[in-house]
Amino acid sequence: MSVKLASPLGRVAYVNARLLDPATGLDAIGGLLSDGEAIVAFGPGLFKDGVPEDAKIVDCAGLCLAPGLVDMRIQISGKDFENVGASAVAGGVTAAVCLPSTTPVIDDRAVVEFVARAARKAGLVKIYPYGAVTKGLEGKELAEMGLLAMSGAVAFTDGDKAVENANTLAQAFSYASTFGLMIVEHPEEPALADAGCMNDGETATRLGLTGIPKEAEIIMVERDLRLAAMTGGRLHFSHVSTAESLDLIRAAKDRGVSVTCDTAPPYFALNETAVGDYRTFAKLSPPLRSEADREAVVAGLKDGAIDAIASDHAPRSEDMKRLPFADAQAGGVGMETLLPITLELVHNGHLGLLEALGLITCQPAELLGLEAGRLKPGAPADLILFDPDRGWQVTENKLVSKAKNTPFDGRPVQGRVMRTVIDGRTVFEMGDA
Amino acid sequence: MSESAFDPTDFPDPHLLGIEGLAPPYISMLLDRANEFVELNRTVGGKLDTLAGRTVMNLFYEASTRTRTSFELAGKRLGADVINMEVSTSSIKKGETLIDTAMTLNAMHPDALVIRHGSSGAAKLLSEKVNCAVLNAGDGRHEHPTQALLDALTIRRRKGRIDGLQVAICGDIVHSRVARSNIHLLNTMGARVRLIAPKTLIPTEAERLGVEVFHDMRAGLWDCDIVMMLRLQSERMQTNFFPTLREYYHFFGLDYAKLSAAKDDALIMHPGPMNRGVEIASDVADDIGRSAIREQVEMGVAVRMACLETLVKRQEAENGR
Repeated sequence: MSVKLASPLGRVAYVNARLLDPATGLDAIGGLLSDGEAIVAFGPGLFKDGVPEDAKIVDCAGLCLAPGLVDMRIQISGKDFENVGASAVAGGVTAAVCLPSTTPVIDDRAVVEFVARAARKAGLVKIYPYGAVTKGLEGKELAEMGLLAMSGAVAFTDGDKAVENANTLAQAFSYASTFGLMIVEHPEEPALADAGCMNDGETATRLGLTGIPKEAEIIMVERDLRLAAMTGGRLHFSHVSTAESLDLIRAAKDRGVSVTCDTAPPYFALNETAVGDYRTFAKLSPPLRSEADREAVVAGLKDGAIDAIASDHAPRSEDMKRLPFADAQAGGVGMETLLPITLELVHNGHLGLLEALGLITCQPAELLGLEAGRLKPGAPADLILFDPDRGWQVTENKLVSKAKNTPFDGRPVQGRVMRTVIDGRTVFEMGDA
Repeated sequence: MSESAFDPTDFPDPHLLGIEGLAPPYISMLLDRANEFVELNRTVGGKLDTLAGRTVMNLFYEASTRTRTSFELAGKRLGADVINMEVSTSSIKKGETLIDTAMTLNAMHPDALVIRHGSSGAAKLLSEKVNCAVLNAGDGRHEHPTQALLDALTIRRRKGRIDGLQVAICGDIVHSRVARSNIHLLNTMGARVRLIAPKTLIPTEAERLGVEVFHDMRAGLWDCDIVMMLRLQSERMQTNFFPTLREYYHFFGLDYAKLSAAKDDALIMHPGPMNRGVEIASDVADDIGRSAIREQVEMGVAVRMACLETLVKRQEAENGR
């Protein structure tokens, strides 16, 4: 289906690489051979008898060669697939799943197909769409989940709001489970959250901002877990941000409820104090929580209560952010910081390199049933070459994304994507700067 | 007026956005200067030319008569040209316009901008976009620094000190920028602060601001030197902070019965405008011996003169003008 087939790709030999495949636990010096769009072979001794003569050689110089990142939650503003793609590949994201809150909403087969086509045309990151649970994301009538899934929707969600009506969600779970489809919830009780703009607590009190209590998340997690158990539905929570939500999810997993969850980098790398003096770039949904909650999210990543990390990429224009805090739109760009912030967990000694990488490659891919996120002969050559130690500072001018609203603005980080390969083609290469 | 050791370049910040973080010597510096202006303001034709040729702009996004007038008078007493920007709330679509307005005003080169806005942090946002001194005349429920300063001056003149006093702030704390600024100032200057209100009107983790929280007026007022009443901000309230005004007044309205728990010479204050019979009984409000409410208004002009003078002069020194 690719539109860029002007010249045959031929064979590419990635030599002298530190091969990392979190799905199999592979971590070894070796090489990888691709032919056209697919991986042919890889392993420690692959090129011990020499590199095939016709292969183009990419010398990895000992850097990490790993599956491209799989980002299970991004927003696309408007129809800017070009810039989303450019930002994605600069961050090493080769597959991303977009929320249905596009314009128009992904609640119709034609829109699913449109999104897939637009992403292919941009020719960068592979975009997979979430379908809407309810028509127009209005929380009332169920969308055609079965048909949407047939057209390529990988799971279902109403995006940045929970399905408010408990009966509607129960029916959605029940119906979706007919087809084995997963429902992804943004767990937040709207009546408790709507008036607020940051985490409730001392910082909100000092700043005179209306708080969102953590109970807004906890209550919804508890409710949804009950509904999933009641209906046998398959439930996934996005961006879990509180200690008690994680306790509830652990307990539900132990009871055998079909539940998984992810979090996003801000929730294990920042806390509510990042709002500082009304920094609207730190206005996110859910809001940045307390330090105790941040620590609990780290613990959840370590003990496996959290199954994946998603960037929660949400580009916002300056006009939406240069406002008094209460009026500014929530959200932050995240694809270009997904790898380095996740690697902080490695540099800080919380996770091994393969464990951390698994959270942003094979684990989200497995949750969504995507053929991505692992090194496999015959699979598409979606790869990244990265330097896990290379230091840089997150600043506006280093972001490829047009929207610059990163909550990590100014943060020194370690870990840089040097090359991104999609279907055998190099689509991004880091300069020496 | 007597010459003091007043030197505006000592002041640490180019703007006055809040009291939080302002160290005691700078609070005292503003209060001392304001105290000098009080006498001046009482003389016939008392007017200075300290800020002659300078422009002060009042930018009020929320209706306010007393604060705007007070700033206007303060600017004029110092000889400045004062312009009131008519911000009709109907034509303002909040933030985007705030930045646009800031850019427009900045191009007119004012020396000071006085802003009142319904959103917390609006004064800070404005200060990032303009080159002149910004004075926060109230931003959302965040801070109202000149109100706290005028309250402090009132207290200091009546009680001779702030340090060691027991102060109760009563009523609608959660929606009140006046309460936040007063908590910071009084704590910084060594007073002990109590908050008295129903739980719905106390902000989350208020104790972390260094206060004691009470839900019973008599218990909270016991042995207090100062009783600060706050206005119920019905316009900021959604529903159900309390059932009815009648019930609110019964438990939290200041009358002589409740006031009897405080010290005999306890001073009664209110930032105005008052809701008589809601948070305060009329006879208490009008008790000349106990109520400092009218004096607060007088101190307001003096305090705002001190703030305007300090910031404008500081800025000029910095720019080498």
